Amino acid sequence: MTSMPSRHKNKGSEARRKSSERKETIKYYRPTSGWVSLELRELWEYREVIYFLTWRDIKVRYKQTVLGALWAILQPLMVMVIFTIIFGRLLKAPSDDIPYPLFAYSALTIWTFFANGVTLASNSMVMEGNMIKKVYFPRMSIPIASVAAGMVDFCIAFVILVGMMIYYGKTPSMAILTLPLFIILAVSATLGLGLWLGALNVMFRDVRYLIPFLLQVLLYASPVAYSSNLIADKGAWNILYGLNPMAGVIIGFRWALLKTPIEQPVILATSAAVTISLLITGSFFFKRVEKNFADVV
Amino acid sequence: MKDIAVKVEGLGKKYHIGKIKPGTMNLREAIYRGIKSPAQKAWNLLQGKAHGAARLEEEIWALRGVGFELVKGDILGIIGHNGAGKSTLLKILTHITEPSEGQVMIRGRAGALLEVGTGIHPELTGRENIYLNGSILGMKRSEVKRRFDEIVEFSGIEKFLDTPMKHYSDGMRVRLAFSVAAHLEPEILLVDEVLAVGDTAFQKKCLAKMSDVIKEGKTVLFVSHNMAAVKELCPRAILLERGKLVFDGPSYEAISMYISRSSTEDLSRQHKDVWIERTYFPQADLAGQGVVYEQAKSLVCGLQIEAAKALDEVWVNLEILSVVGTRLVHIRNDFDGHEISVEPGKTNIEITITDLPLLPDTYNMRFRLVAMVNGEQLVEDSVDVPLIIAGEKPGRGRYESFVRTRQTWSVTKIT
Repeated sequence: MTSMPSRHKNKGSEARRKSSERKETIKYYRPTSGWVSLELRELWEYREVIYFLTWRDIKVRYKQTVLGALWAILQPLMVMVIFTIIFGRLLKAPSDDIPYPLFAYSALTIWTFFANGVTLASNSMVMEGNMIKKVYFPRMSIPIASVAAGMVDFCIAFVILVGMMIYYGKTPSMAILTLPLFIILAVSATLGLGLWLGALNVMFRDVRYLIPFLLQVLLYASPVAYSSNLIADKGAWNILYGLNPMAGVIIGFRWALLKTPIEQPVILATSAAVTISLLITGSFFFKRVEKNFADVV
Repeated sequence: MKDIAVKVEGLGKKYHIGKIKPGTMNLREAIYRGIKSPAQKAWNLLQGKAHGAARLEEEIWALRGVGFELVKGDILGIIGHNGAGKSTLLKILTHITEPSEGQVMIRGRAGALLEVGTGIHPELTGRENIYLNGSILGMKRSEVKRRFDEIVEFSGIEKFLDTPMKHYSDGMRVRLAFSVAAHLEPEILLVDEVLAVGDTAFQKKCLAKMSDVIKEGKTVLFVSHNMAAVKELCPRAILLERGKLVFDGPSYEAISMYISRSSTEDLSRQHKDVWIERTYFPQADLAGQGVVYEQAKSLVCGLQIEAAKALDEVWVNLEILSVVGTRLVHIRNDFDGHEISVEPGKTNIEITITDLPLLPDTYNMRFRLVAMVNGEQLVEDSVDVPLIIAGEKPGRGRYESFVRTRQTWSVTKIT
């Protein structure tokens, strides 16, 4: 009774087959070990779950707060004011000849997206523990929805950024065409880190306390308040700086919008490589440990 | 495999129960164990203990070597005492958790009515929650749209459709959630004790829906503590005991085996202060399918409980439920002015019901043991036994009336 038939030895936990007559799915649930497939096809089939979870996150967030969508603007705007006073006025940080408020705010829109996305995605699995224990759907849709919900806030904050560019008389160059690329990179970095931390948070609840600290370190290690061109050094330091995925995202994002010079392209290249590997390893790690979520969360 | 809908082979699920629950393990412990366990494993192996590696943490098999097959249209009841592995089995069948060994094959769309209302958000309106809940349960948006009116009508909450669900009563919430789940149209339906939701009228609706599903030739797996319901709905049942399948066959046989077997070695017991050791019915006929009660006689229900430590306050509840889970009778020691305290060891409790005015039918008798643990009343154990009230079932009004009355009629023609 304990022997397993070898007829349907599929690698994944399930396989689908379509019979010739009508659509009939056959699923197999069996133990998996080690690294497993990402099952992106299944994730695609459940895309409406991602859509509804995203939609719920946005709706609930705006319903529960008095200021609602205004928070999406206030958050980066308030940090901008503080940065302008401290770094712009008092410390006179160089801002690549861009008015300091615009210089800071441009980075803060994408940074806020990243910071909120990572925080929400990391806590999402624990928050939805009840659902995970009671119904099956691809687990990855939960952190994906958390990140996707943040996109709406980003879009709102971005409108203000456009307004500021008009106010300061900055017309974008052709470089703006590369903007979607850097937004995709930002989403990848957010999701990559969110998947890692979200999965780890289910296993070790310490992660929750680590996140604010980690984000603070990353904020100072990103060219948000200052220009990356301050790092005049070559070689190793640039690569070290580029290990922060958001360093490259912000450099590129600012360049695409405001045409700020990129003196060390190596930072950007390193960041992009780190981001992509973060997303790939994050997805596989998440998938590898997700089978235990329902037992542990 | 012509029409096999569900095939379970050698299924097992292992849980680790160390002193530390995995979810609450902190990083320091993980690092400590991470360093300690390889060393310990190596040491164990060096000493020639083949199983040394496994001894680091205590393992329990919540389920092991379970196998059965369901042909399309089969209705299977899954019964067993607390901790027998019923919910673990259901969690594997619904893909919520992964088996540790063996495999499950499921052909066709499977839908589960485990705990209804999963994913419902109190801030969203009823309408919004129907879509959200539907999608989480695996329905496409177009499907929900198509069946929207039907769902709303079934739930009976039309008026509050655009009210946030935080303003709903518990009953309304459950009704809405159940309605969504009931319209899932799965080919294989997994049900876990959901019939006991809402008011009687709604329960009737649910039971009717369930019979429809059965009539449509769908495959149903029904996990329940309500023996009367299993007996009514399922021709076939499996009995689980300590994670093992001990019986697979006609449900009345499964139920009689369930009654005759003591639940002594229930695994969840290690963490309990007090538990029900066994139930016995000295005067009633056990007749295989349950306790048979002859009208107008007295029914003696015996309960042997065992305590690990002395407890000042213990409450013994006896409830009688209808097939759909309506609570018809609730007896508790303190209602009758009896206080029960227990010493470590075994205690016998007998309840003699001198008259039980119920109409002939099958009911479910549930014994619930509640104790005061750390200032909180906790349900420590429960045991279900079918109760058969002997006699002819009244022809009309099944599920609608339960109480036996004595009356005389007089019909006189007025001229």
